[in-house]
Amino acid sequence: MTVPIECRQDETFVLNLGPQHPATHGVLRVKLTLDGEYIVEAEPVLGYIHRMHEKMAEDRNFAQFMPNTARMDYLHALAFNHGYCLVVERAAGIEVPERAEYIRVITVELNRLISHILWWAAFLLDLGGFTPLLYAFDDREQVLDLLERVTGSRLTYCYFRFGGVYNDIDDEFITGTYAFIKRLRSRMPTQYHALVTGNIILQKRLKGIGIITEEQSRRYGCTGPVARGSGINYDIRKNEPYSVYPEFDFDVPVYHECDSMARYMVRMDEMEQSMRIIEQALDKLPDGPVKAKVPKILKPAEGDYWASVETARGNLGHRLVCDGKKNPYKLKLRSPTFCNLSCFAEVSEGMLLADALAFMGSLDLVIPEIDR
Amino acid sequence: MDTSIWRPILYLIGFMAFAGLNAAYLGWCERKGAGRIQRRTGPMEVGFQGLLQPLADGLKLMSKQLLVPTGVDGILFRVAPILAMIPALTSFAVIPFAGNIQARSVELSVLLLFALASIAMMAILLGGWASGNKYAVISAARSVSQNLAYEIPMLVTVITVVMITGSMNLQDIAVHQQGGFWHWNIFALNKSILMPISFIIFFICSIAETNRAPFDMAEAESELVAGFMTEYGSMGFGLFMMGEYLNMVVGACLVTILFLGGWDCPFGLFPGVWWFLLKIYILLFTVIWVRWTFPRTQIYKLLNLSWKILIPFSLVNLLVTAAFIKIF
Amino acid sequence: MSIVEETRIALLEMFPEFAAADAAARAAADKIDDEMETMIDEMDSIEPATEGDAPAGGDDEVEAAEPAEAATEPVPEPEEPEEEGPRENGVMLTDHAARGTDIDVLCAPDQVVQAARIMDESGFFLEAITGVDWIKDDKLEVIYDYNQYGQEQCRVVVRTLIPRSEPEIPTISDVMPSANWHERETHDFYGIKFIGHPHLIPILLPEDADFHPLLKDFKP
Repeated sequence: MTVPIECRQDETFVLNLGPQHPATHGVLRVKLTLDGEYIVEAEPVLGYIHRMHEKMAEDRNFAQFMPNTARMDYLHALAFNHGYCLVVERAAGIEVPERAEYIRVITVELNRLISHILWWAAFLLDLGGFTPLLYAFDDREQVLDLLERVTGSRLTYCYFRFGGVYNDIDDEFITGTYAFIKRLRSRMPTQYHALVTGNIILQKRLKGIGIITEEQSRRYGCTGPVARGSGINYDIRKNEPYSVYPEFDFDVPVYHECDSMARYMVRMDEMEQSMRIIEQALDKLPDGPVKAKVPKILKPAEGDYWASVETARGNLGHRLVCDGKKNPYKLKLRSPTFCNLSCFAEVSEGMLLADALAFMGSLDLVIPEIDR
Repeated sequence: MDTSIWRPILYLIGFMAFAGLNAAYLGWCERKGAGRIQRRTGPMEVGFQGLLQPLADGLKLMSKQLLVPTGVDGILFRVAPILAMIPALTSFAVIPFAGNIQARSVELSVLLLFALASIAMMAILLGGWASGNKYAVISAARSVSQNLAYEIPMLVTVITVVMITGSMNLQDIAVHQQGGFWHWNIFALNKSILMPISFIIFFICSIAETNRAPFDMAEAESELVAGFMTEYGSMGFGLFMMGEYLNMVVGACLVTILFLGGWDCPFGLFPGVWWFLLKIYILLFTVIWVRWTFPRTQIYKLLNLSWKILIPFSLVNLLVTAAFIKIF
Repeated sequence: MSIVEETRIALLEMFPEFAAADAAARAAADKIDDEMETMIDEMDSIEPATEGDAPAGGDDEVEAAEPAEAATEPVPEPEEPEEEGPRENGVMLTDHAARGTDIDVLCAPDQVVQAARIMDESGFFLEAITGVDWIKDDKLEVIYDYNQYGQEQCRVVVRTLIPRSEPEIPTISDVMPSANWHERETHDFYGIKFIGHPHLIPILLPEDADFHPLLKDFKP
């Protein structure tokens, strides 16, 4: 729905949505020029929790930066651990034992599951449905307990080490994970789909809203579920396989509707795929060490390196420039949501305020990751 | 005995108490109900099962300062919450709880109730506009368009009821439906086959009129922060909340009287005020249940629902009823 | 032809002097391939002999055009000679497993727009823009990362060096809208001015920030 041109002459006003607003999930501010409830112009203003992680990386040695990675995307922290480990391992030429790779995949996928579950809850909250939040937290809590058991923390994990993981997983974790997957599988059709996905109000609010075309998606560099909801079959786990992902059989859900509902469905389907990966990884889990012998102070050779991982929100890239010293010369973080959000201004033009907030929710924003 | 003086005073006190308790304890019920639906316990700390929570809340709200931000219209800002509460309270004066429990039997009580309901909308408009907050202004504009849209099908549906019963007095309408559920207007298929649809339309409209989820466009907390209540604190906020709950009660009373036979027992036995209370609390529970189950609609879809579906349906309903009455 | 090869050829448009040599080399290589195929088909047993017969142009020229540049690029292998002087502009293939990228392009600052246009036409998207402060050489490096959605992996790095004292480079935000924010971010951190950028104000730093924290001589 677009605003007729003659309406735009005057009578517009500026609404500062945020930095403290219930629907922005953190401190994002969007400067909206509104005509009635139609958006004439939207300008996201970032940087309210910018912490300059890239500078911190230059000031510390490689291992010391590890905890910082989890402070960016606090919902899928293990993927940020993983991405940083990958790029450093690539630079230093470290081989990771197979069991460690499996454990990495299992924990990252568990983390992806709860990231999607929490997104689902928060998204429904944006749409005014409060109850799903508490059901989702119930499921999320199970995984947090499991992850706390092996990683020692519940949100900002620092579990991966260069050349492996900090801790081995135990039988209780394995049985607990199987039990959780069984439980989530049984709840998925009733609690998630029957109660929410099939809801007529939800469908009406999401279908045809916030259309990001395939071309827009490419021009703005969208990745992750946002790109897959626009009909692009792109998943780093398949396109640029890392770790032991090639050994698992899983699908990449792609929807061609390009609207918020498509992005919703992509994430719902991805949860099922994550469960499949976890099951296969647990079934095939090999024995062996979980950590390679790696010197305490790494000094990778000169050069620059790139490594990408698929987080719950898309393609996370690390560019590491080394100069042979014990700390990175430069570390660039390519955060997925930063790029996904950049299309907001163009797509939200002419939308209603309520639709724009639903659209913003469907992008799955995590502000600390945008601001870094 | 000079009942003409004492009766209204007694009833005034009685209904004030009833309204006050309802306004306070519906909040508690809602929190408990939401807790049940969301698999948690709700308030538990103050008193047994948190039963004293409304008192604690009220005490807290009353002990807080009513902040009037700079740049607002001071008089309207203060008047708006009162305006939200008073019409809802006044409505109870004409609602018959049972054959002999009614403060004042007014001939045009249906009309009076709708007139009072429009004032509640005025309160939202004034409160939103006087706050001088952009969210509040958007909320006020939404509220007006929503109430305007939903009052039309609501009134048209009421006309069908009035045509069937031939009275605009709530007491008469309720008396007309005595004698078991087959006499209730909702099942009065011999008078108009579309009466169940009238009931559904009326119920939807009454939820929309009271700004309850999924039609809570005016306070849509994830879009408009708190809508017209954004700038209100302390008892200003408290009055708006109580006004909202009271409007819910009035809406439930109206639905009960117009369609569900008032204080009539479904099987024609022991009619009395308890049946009336049972019915309104079942309706109120439904309203709470809906709120905690559905996501919010979007304002334009909401208006479309009214203008494109409910109004045509209610007009057809009116025509069919008129034809039925003429033929039979 | 793989997407890496296709992209390399597309990118060579920027360097006409290499493109001609490359085209000749490819023609020769194709010829060899064809000959090889026919020969393999016809007589498998004589295959070792054909290698010796191959015209010298093919492989050698390709090697000369690329690893010569590659040598100066800081690569992890210590045995690579590093004293050949600065890397020249050109297109270079890199090992994905070791570096995470497939094609590495070094170009002049005014060529980045052309590079962006070529990438846009080839269906790539912009992954990131960043800078590196080479304070010892008194240079700022600007790095553009491109990637594509295809099933085959091909990540392209376009890099250019600009003087530290006058950090200016044309914007590519009119070619790739996503560059808008990335350029603003790079401007925040390195003070690089993207000429022609529509809205070059701080994005992550405070709106009145006049410092550039990722410069190596930045003192907080």
